[in-house]
Amino acid sequence: MKRLSLILFLSLISLGIFAQDDLMNLVNQSTPKEINYTTATFKSTRIMNGHSIERMPHGQLDVRISHRFGTLNSGGYNFFGLDQSNIHLGLEYGITNWLMVGVGRSEFEKTFDGFAKFSILRQSTGAKNMPVSVSVLTSVALKTLKFTDQTRTNYFTSRLAYVGQILVARKINEAFSVQLTPSYVHRNLVATELDPNDIFALGAGARVKLTKRVSLNGEYYYIANPKTYLSQQVYNPLSVGFDIETGGHVFQLFFTNSLGMTEKQFIGGTTGQWKKGDIHFGFNISRVFTLVKHQKPANY
Amino acid sequence: MKRLFLFSLLLTLVLGANAQKFMTKNGYIGFFSHTPMEDIKADNNQVVGVLDISSGEMVYQALIKSFHFDRALMEEHFNENYMESDKIPKSIFKGKITNLASVDFTKPGTYDVTVDGDLTIHDVTNKISTKGTIEVVSGGINASSKFNIVPEDYKIAIPGVVREKIDKNLGVTVTMKFTPVAK
Repeated sequence: MKRLSLILFLSLISLGIFAQDDLMNLVNQSTPKEINYTTATFKSTRIMNGHSIERMPHGQLDVRISHRFGTLNSGGYNFFGLDQSNIHLGLEYGITNWLMVGVGRSEFEKTFDGFAKFSILRQSTGAKNMPVSVSVLTSVALKTLKFTDQTRTNYFTSRLAYVGQILVARKINEAFSVQLTPSYVHRNLVATELDPNDIFALGAGARVKLTKRVSLNGEYYYIANPKTYLSQQVYNPLSVGFDIETGGHVFQLFFTNSLGMTEKQFIGGTTGQWKKGDIHFGFNISRVFTLVKHQKPANY
Repeated sequence: MKRLFLFSLLLTLVLGANAQKFMTKNGYIGFFSHTPMEDIKADNNQVVGVLDISSGEMVYQALIKSFHFDRALMEEHFNENYMESDKIPKSIFKGKITNLASVDFTKPGTYDVTVDGDLTIHDVTNKISTKGTIEVVSGGINASSKFNIVPEDYKIAIPGVVREKIDKNLGVTVTMKFTPVAK
């Protein structure tokens, strides 16, 4: 009889446990296996000078103000470059969650630029496994500096340069992300006939998260063409610096040997050399505004 | 002896079969923060919830990445800096209606209930007790509740620079429209 009541008691207990487990099982079975997309591979849509795979989501407007100061080796008289500054202003918008567009204006060579960036693949785990994120960037630069030779026929198309990039990135872990960026630049008009119209380059970038809001970034572009043109000697652009995030803003502070802030300018147009101290201090400020708010589901 | 054993076995089975369960896969949990500087709001309408009306037990599970904000940047910060949703993808509530006797699940109407349970957010579990309503409607049961939580209770670190922009007590709204689980 004692044993029986024990059995009865145990079975009731097990019933209680069973009921709780049952609810939990039911919940777990019903929770859909979602695609877990990797977010924040980089903090900003730029690694430093060049684009990262990050894009503006739908309805978000990014207002960007970028500066590159003069070179550090210009000495104390020029306050190590801070007396001079080059500005790039940009307005960039996410049309959909996979397409962002932007327009900008650089002081350097009085250049207007426009780009479209397509997110082709997104790194994910869960229901869909994708090891890398891939984006494609196309951009056009329009140089509006007056033509130096006014006597010859100057075409509008001579002002244009085109850029194509494939951006492949992987967030390896919470703190470390890398990106490779094969790039192609076509310049319609170059200074001399011996200067290349087409430039091929491979970019590489990485970020290491130091704290939740600060990361150390590096970016390098290897230019495959001979870098000695008839008109000028160019170098591979290298940039090193920090991303600092404060609520609505991202500040990027860094050192770079490139004065140009768009692809066309820093790929095949970087004339500064790190080892000679042709290093520019630079910053990008990004402020994101929400133009289209997400809709709350109608049934609640 | 044998008969009694059989009886207890039967009793278990009967009780088990009688456990009437209701569930939803589209439950809503939202939270709201109001400060003079900024209003922040997030919605998640993919919450899975289960209610057992025989015991009054309920379990809710929400995926953190399913909370959506007006501002994409806020959503990124929420996942990246505060909830660490890559490491901790879910929040779970396991609770029980303490005054189950005052709810007549056979009669349509609205009943006030008190729910006690364990709320797990950011891998930290706290006991909470909250008031809510159970509404018995034809073909289902609606449950709703409003309560406040303090982010620091769940070891969610909020840095000084933004502390003034985030309410110390976040208002949480829960709305579930349960339907019977087909057995």
